[in-house]
Formats: sequence, C-alpha cells, structure tokens
Amino acid sequence: MADKILMKGNEALAEAAIMAGCRHYFGYPITPQTEVAAYMAKRMPKIGGCFLQAESEIAAINMCIGAAAAGKRAMTSSSSPGISLKSEGISYMAGCDLPALIVNVQRGGPGLGGIQPSQSDYFQATRGGGHGDYHLLVLAPSSVQEMADLVSKGFDLAEKYRMPCMLLADGTMGQMMEPVELREREEAPADKPWALTGTENKRKPNIINSLALEPQELEKWNEERFKRYDIVRENEQMSQSYRMEDAEICVVAFGIAARVSQNAVDMARAKGIKAGMIRPITLWPFPEKALKAAAGQCKAFVSVELNMGQMIEDVKLSIECSRPVSLCCRTGGMIPSPDEVLAAVERAAEGGK
Amino acid sequence: MEAKRVTLFAGHYGSGKTNIAVNYALWLARQGKRTALGDLDIVNPYYRAKDSQRELEAAGVRVVASAYANTNVDVPALPQEMYALTENLDTYAVMDIGGDDRGALALGRYMPAIAAENDYDMLFVFNRSRPLTRDAQSALGIMREIEDACGLPFTGIVHNTNLGRETTPGTVLSALPALEELTRLSGLPLRFTAARSDIAPLLPSYIGEVFPMELQKTIW
Repeated sequence: MADKILMKGNEALAEAAIMAGCRHYFGYPITPQTEVAAYMAKRMPKIGGCFLQAESEIAAINMCIGAAAAGKRAMTSSSSPGISLKSEGISYMAGCDLPALIVNVQRGGPGLGGIQPSQSDYFQATRGGGHGDYHLLVLAPSSVQEMADLVSKGFDLAEKYRMPCMLLADGTMGQMMEPVELREREEAPADKPWALTGTENKRKPNIINSLALEPQELEKWNEERFKRYDIVRENEQMSQSYRMEDAEICVVAFGIAARVSQNAVDMARAKGIKAGMIRPITLWPFPEKALKAAAGQCKAFVSVELNMGQMIEDVKLSIECSRPVSLCCRTGGMIPSPDEVLAAVERAAEGGK
Repeated sequence: MEAKRVTLFAGHYGSGKTNIAVNYALWLARQGKRTALGDLDIVNPYYRAKDSQRELEAAGVRVVASAYANTNVDVPALPQEMYALTENLDTYAVMDIGGDDRGALALGRYMPAIAAENDYDMLFVFNRSRPLTRDAQSALGIMREIEDACGLPFTGIVHNTNLGRETTPGTVLSALPALEELTRLSGLPLRFTAARSDIAPLLPSYIGEVFPMELQKTIW
C-alpha cells in the first residue's frame, strides 16, 4: 500500500491523471481550478509529458481533440465560465466519438458569477452543454480520494465507449485538503484501432470527423451513438447508499452537498427519523435504478444541491414522480448547513415540502 | 518559547502556515501581548486566516487582511494597514505568507523594514505529507525559492507533518529523518513541532518543543 499524502483536490486529480497515463494536458487558468494547471506545469516536463497553457479555453479544448484523435490520453480542466467556452469543442468531440477527460471545478454563476463553490453546471454537464444530440459521461467526486480515483475511471470509461467524460467537481472539492492514497492503475487502456496514428501504407486511413454530407448518414450516426448510450445507461450507473436499509426519507445529494447531507442524515437518525441518502457518483448516466428501488420503500425524497434545483428533475424522472420530492438548496457560493438539510428532512418526514 | 517582535510563517502551499499563524497569534494574545495577524496570502482563494477573524478578534488579535479575502473579487490585493505590522513596534506581529515563491513575493515590500528592525523570526513550515516536499532536498529547494522571492532569509523551521483528520503520532514521527536532514542541510534550528491539540500530548519529549493547535471545524 502506498503512503498517504495530504493533497488539495486539484493536485490529487492532476497527479491521478499522470498516473493514469495522461501525458497531454491543455489548460487555461481560472479560479478555483488553477492548481490543476500549476501542478501539471511543474510535473509534465519532468516526465516527458506535454503541459501547454493555451491562449484560450477554446484553443485548449481543440488541442484536446487533436491529441485524443491521435489516440493519446488527453485532458483539459477549467471552471464554469471556461467550460461554457469549451462547449463548442466538447460537442465536436462527442460528434467525433473521441474520448478525453474534461474537468469542471464549478464556481457560482451565471455569467462571471463568483469564485466560490457551486453545482449549478449540472444541467450543462448532463444535458449536453454544447449543440446537438449527445451525452457526456459525468462523474461527481465527493472527497479528495475520489477526485483521484474517478480520474482513472473516467479515462477508462471514455475510451471504452468512445465518449468525452466530464469530472464535475466544485470549488470546495478542488481547494480542500485531505489524505489521499494514489493507486497504480490495474487495467491496460483500451485499444484504439480508430486513432490517427499513421497508416504506414498498411491499412486504409482512419477518418475522424463530425460532418456528414448526407442527412441519412448523420441520422444513422446519431442512432448508432444513442445505442451506445443505452448500453452505458444499462451498465455504468454508480451511486453510494448511506443508511438506506430501512430509510423512509431519502436524501439525494452529490459532491460536497453529499458530505454535508451525510451529517444531516445522522442528526435525523438521532432524532428518530428514518433518513438515508443516495449519493449519485455518475450524474450521467443518472443512477435511476437505485432511485427507483428507493421509491419502493421511501415516502419522500429531498434533493440537496448548490443550485436552484437541477438534479431534482432527474430524481423526479427516475421515480416517475411517484413520491413527493422537495428541494434544499443554496447558491452563489453558499453551502447548505447540516441544520438546513436536517430541517428539510424533518419537513419531508412530516409530509410537508 | 520566546517570541520575536515579528514572526513570519512561510513555506510550500498547503504546509499549514495559516493554521499555525492563527494559533500562534492566539497564543501570543493569551499571554497578554498586544498582537496583530497579517494575512499576506495573495494566492489562495479559499481557506484563509480571515476565516478565523471572529475568533481572533474576540481574543484581542487585530486582523489585517485584504478587504477582498473570501469574497468573489479575485485580485491579489493587500491593504495599506499592513504597514501597521512593521511600524507599530509595541505590537507583536504574526505574518501569514502565501504559498510558494509566488506568494512570498508580496512580502518583498515589507522586508526592508523587518530586516532593519532585526527582531524577527522567519519560519519555514515543513509538512512531509505534502507531495512536493516529501524529502529534505525538495523542501530545501522551495525554501531557497521563497528566500529569493521575498529577500528575507529563514531563521528557523517549524515541523508540521500531518494528514489532516487522519493524523496520528506516527504520522509526525515518520517525518523525523527528513526533518533532521533538512535542519542539517539548511543549518537552521527546529523551533517547534506543531500538532493538533489531541495529538500533541501523545508525542515523545525527545522531539523537542510541541505547539498544540486547534483546527477550524468544517460542516462536512
């Protein structure tokens, strides 16, 4: 077992990317994710990798497209406004079926917003963000250890399904320091027979492209891509249940909101309320199966988010509105306190909203 | 432990400078000393000395920090009141220097007054659990970068190896060989070992002076 070290979330995910074989990082600084770029700038030259501070976020995502097309493990990172700039490139990446890891250490929005933590890019991450019919794999860490672990997982999933993957963190996750154990990868990366690696006159050229000349062709591409999405939905839902065995009130929260909510669940239990929590780890695919199963035993759901209520839509859809779902939220960089979440759980237990 | 008029804490970012500076200022104030804490961090957006402002002021510590610290204004600003720390010679000053050489740049403009008065301790905070200071050589490199950036040489070392909530006495003790090498290579004395107040009493006496600290509580 490797020694534990104390790392900021941003540093941990950067080192985890290097350990996962990423040697191509293209970034642009923005608070609160700047440490990712700073760490990569220090480390990549020492290991023969490429750290490149692009002239803009748009340039950085397009560099990722290039490196990914060449079959390399490519990564970029930013925070909310920067991800909006990258969204065009992310759509092109999805249209080209290219795997890459895009990190969003969210801050408050909309617009320039603020530099404090937020989860208000949930819709942007899970509904596409850029134009066209596509999905990203979206992973939501809730500890510094998970910031590291999900990087390797994200690269693997992205390559397995030829999809871009987004690590959706928030400013708290990026800035907090916790002990972390960096683990060596176990499985070898997927083969990439589609990559642009040079034919050496031995095979037909590979073509990576998102432009279809015929509408029938584009429709076929979209349908084939969505067949792949169905497989992802079926096989890759991840969530963690906490005290759900006999729960009557189910709190649903991810990232930092789940850390706070877990304390609130314990407080509710101490007061005799049978509360539990489901923490989605994949936001797309959303853990519908776990939610649906919980609807069989719980009488109400509480969605806890650092936004005005975005994931709550997926909670309602997953349980097909069979139970009341209430919202407990703060925005603007504010984080709900355990007492606020407890109050929401108590209201739900009393049948109110 | 005898305090100089000015005590500065610098080191790699994440080494624990802010926690130590806050606790050190409170320790001075508890001895009845007129004390001020200067937050010179121009690097970190979150988790700053200003988080402890209420507690510090309740204990009588004057807190000098950017009006923009912990707000959405992401600018590396320092207030003009910071000069009070070098000019009010009747007040013990504790200065929390931002991470790395970039953070230490901000100290440069206060350095001439501090050096001229010559009643200061410039302490390097060493946490061997941080990834870029895992050995004495790396720590020494960061030490030299900070000195070059701010122009003030270090006068001592504070040992602060920890793993946050998962710290045990073993965590602290495992760093002793690297710490010993760092004191030898730098020629600087170990001033004290900082440790969470529940860990401090468990540490053996041979490691020298131990400074117990209270850490900020989080809601998660």
